[in-house]
Amino acid sequence: MENTPNLSPDLPTRDSAAAPVLAAAGEHAHPDQHWLWRYVLSQDHKVIAKQFLITGMFWALVGGSLSSLFRLQLGWPEGSMEWLKPLLGHWIEAGKLNPEFYLALVTMHGTIMVFFVLTAGLSGTFSNFLIPLQIGARDMASGFMNMLSYWFFFLSSVIMFSSLFIETGPAASGWTIYPPLSALPQAISGSGLGMTLWLVSMALFIVSQLLGSVNYISTVLNLRTRGMSMTKLPLTIWSFFLTAVLGTLSFPVLFAAVLLLVFDRSFGTSFFLSDIYIAGQALSNQGGSPVLFQHLFWFLGHPEVYIVIMPAMGIVSEVLATHARKPIFGYRAMIGSLLGISLLSFVVWGHHMFVTGMNPFLGSVFVFLTLMIAVPSAVKTFNWLATLWRGNIRFTTAMLFSIGFVSLFVAGGLTGIVLGNATLDIQMHNTYFVIAHFHLVMGSAAMFGMFAGIYHWFPKMFGRMLNERLGYVHFWFTFAGAYLTFIPMHYIGIAGFPRRYYSWTGFDMFSQFSDLNQFISVAAIFAFLAQFIFLFNFFHSIWRGRRATENPWRSNTLEWTTPVELGHGNWPGAVPAVYRWPYDYSKPGSDADFIPQHVPFSQTPASNMPYEQPAAE
Amino acid sequence: MIVLGIIVVGLLLVVLGLLFRLQILTAIFSGDSTRDIGPANRANAVLMLVFLVVGGGAFAWSFRRSYARMDVPVASVHGLAVDRMFWITMSIIGVAFVLTQVMLFWYAYKYQHRESRRAYFFSHNNKLEIVWTLIPAIVMAALVFAGWKEWGRITGPAPKDAVVLEVMGKQFNWLVRYPGRDLKLGVVNYRLIDAVNEWGFDLSDKAALDDFTAGEIHVPKGVPVLLKIRSRDVLHAVYLPQFRLQMYAVPGMPTRFWFTPNTTTEEMRAKLGNPKFNYELACNQVCGSGHFAMKMTVVVDEPDDYVAWFAQQQSFSSLNPEVRAGLPRPQPLAATPAAR
Repeated sequence: MENTPNLSPDLPTRDSAAAPVLAAAGEHAHPDQHWLWRYVLSQDHKVIAKQFLITGMFWALVGGSLSSLFRLQLGWPEGSMEWLKPLLGHWIEAGKLNPEFYLALVTMHGTIMVFFVLTAGLSGTFSNFLIPLQIGARDMASGFMNMLSYWFFFLSSVIMFSSLFIETGPAASGWTIYPPLSALPQAISGSGLGMTLWLVSMALFIVSQLLGSVNYISTVLNLRTRGMSMTKLPLTIWSFFLTAVLGTLSFPVLFAAVLLLVFDRSFGTSFFLSDIYIAGQALSNQGGSPVLFQHLFWFLGHPEVYIVIMPAMGIVSEVLATHARKPIFGYRAMIGSLLGISLLSFVVWGHHMFVTGMNPFLGSVFVFLTLMIAVPSAVKTFNWLATLWRGNIRFTTAMLFSIGFVSLFVAGGLTGIVLGNATLDIQMHNTYFVIAHFHLVMGSAAMFGMFAGIYHWFPKMFGRMLNERLGYVHFWFTFAGAYLTFIPMHYIGIAGFPRRYYSWTGFDMFSQFSDLNQFISVAAIFAFLAQFIFLFNFFHSIWRGRRATENPWRSNTLEWTTPVELGHGNWPGAVPAVYRWPYDYSKPGSDADFIPQHVPFSQTPASNMPYEQPAAE
Repeated sequence: MIVLGIIVVGLLLVVLGLLFRLQILTAIFSGDSTRDIGPANRANAVLMLVFLVVGGGAFAWSFRRSYARMDVPVASVHGLAVDRMFWITMSIIGVAFVLTQVMLFWYAYKYQHRESRRAYFFSHNNKLEIVWTLIPAIVMAALVFAGWKEWGRITGPAPKDAVVLEVMGKQFNWLVRYPGRDLKLGVVNYRLIDAVNEWGFDLSDKAALDDFTAGEIHVPKGVPVLLKIRSRDVLHAVYLPQFRLQMYAVPGMPTRFWFTPNTTTEEMRAKLGNPKFNYELACNQVCGSGHFAMKMTVVVDEPDDYVAWFAQQQSFSSLNPEVRAGLPRPQPLAATPAAR
């Protein structure tokens, strides 16, 4: 099987492209390939991308339904859940949800959404699909490692999924799995086998992430086609590249944390345990620090939220420019702000720990660094707005989701300025204000970026178009649903409602807002149900959608120069060379409102800028 | 019932499916499916504007309506400063929120596709970019300095004359102890904990002899209070929303937070017109199945009442002579789960 990517993309010259077409077609199409190699153990980046996408969609469905379950509990704490008994079995006791299982639900919802959907599903899908296509490579640097990356993810998925069904329940100490709760089965039953499976699954997940990231980085650095300098890369690639760098540097630290926790749980060490009296016994562990675990966890955990949001930023930049028919405003500032965010994301983790007993001086350093990250984020927002300004906007579904992304990113990002300030975090820490904040900025916004990407690149993935009208309905329902769910959560958070509470009725100070909690639950379940419109559209369109043309959005980037029926190796002939940046939309002097990257300046004398003249000659 | 439900859902899906097919067919016959940009573009543009106006209106209305309920009354000196800073920050981000959202949706509406128009090729503008980098940078700097000032004051050392008490979190309730007459908290040791000696008082330490425990927390108004915090099993967090106070309870690492209550429970009851009002201590770090029920009442007394209450309390050692008599009784250590 041929899996070495073509390292010299311009081997067959442009003039003799006709001859290699036939040869290449025979070589790359593999018509008689067994389905097992073609669809399952495939090394083709496009198939792997689809594998990540479908698995991610499966996980999103699971994670979303878990949230619907606990929203039922929060909206109607007095209501009977007896009707869920066929599904949840012994977790329903006398018509009530078991409080420990409630914690398991929120834990698994968080774990699944952050890691399995928004990291693997988002980055895995689009980095895999777009990196070779947009930089002009025949495949990833190592197709084999890429395949391993997916199958490690699959294995980790199977383990995590199976933990949902074991008798003692899945991990239940929050997605941040703070010890000692996560270390001691005496403390909560989810910290038994459920937590073991969580840790094993996470370790495999990290392996998958590292295999993927190393591949993305080396592919972007080494396999760019002729002329594709780093400053001609689409912003999608920049964001995937930096995301991979963040992943490579931060996931190993989570691995260390996981490993040390495994030691504490199974081999009697005391990295995170000290002075504990539980279940009628004093434990012998001494000298460990639970705060150390938090440092290790958030050293990944904070870059992780940027790992989630940066690919969405890249996708949105690309989609906004294409459908506004305008160059992205401030291309270099966009790269600069991505670099700034990447750098700063490593030195802000302490803002999750202001009130954990961490030295207050350290806290004040993290205040400064955290609020600094607002600057590149603001720059990005203004640049997106400037991209829309005086554009000629086509509201494709991808464009709608991109505009929705900007709106949600702003709405959720701004409250980060409150939470990043230690003084204000004293009151807001672990309240619903935090929940509202990160669900808007990294939950909903990243999800919207993912939807934008799916709607935009679906024609390239499956050769057919998604139904636009269903897309509109999906967008408006989801957009309204996201705001209706998360805006009221701010109110509840300002009122001090703590997160991870099974019910608030025990406290006088939290006895209000049961109406608002019900409202949130209705909105959240509505938004979840709206996703079935998308699911139907997705699977229906794969087989029955309108056939796509080669470049349906009239876009500039290289993937749109490939044929609709995309074979292994991506381009049947030579890989096109690149001459210009990817954002020559509506360039003055040009008849068409877009000039693809592979069109040389010599062919567009009328539209060349003065500084482009030398390149034209 | 369930069968009926399935039938209803099934029929609904069939109807939706038919509508979907119908919509595709009409789109094909009207030529919409091949047209590059149809009337839907305009509809979406209008919806953008509608979303801005209706959404913005609903936000403003619901915020106004919920404000009274979300505004937690303040009962500590530093809480006033925290609150002021919170609402100033909220106004600043509120302005940024409104400006950017209005621009976003307005541009989306205004610059919707028109056959006659061509987008304006505008790739960068250094002056503009420097301005909108500097403005957020300056605003952030101001917020950082304001935050530092308060943070330093709040987390700085407690005044020497502060009233000291200690709270301990356990699954699933709070324990509180006071230093007694000598105003010194005695040594506690987790290995001495049992059903009676829940704190693990080490009564060989003289300072521990007059320590007393209580069923609720009492603190005097207008006097600095140093709250020492510890946990004996997993993480908990002391959360006192009305005092704008939160700090984790960490096993093996005692933490602290000092504050000055400025409204007694009685005053707050009068102020809120709620004779049943009580300050409550909640746990705000997930600690297990009873996390949501870890409540302890906090009473802010006039200083005289506090002194009177304090004088009435009996020390743990006097109430539990058998613990003192049984000295020393080292506890057998349980092995860690693994080694078992």
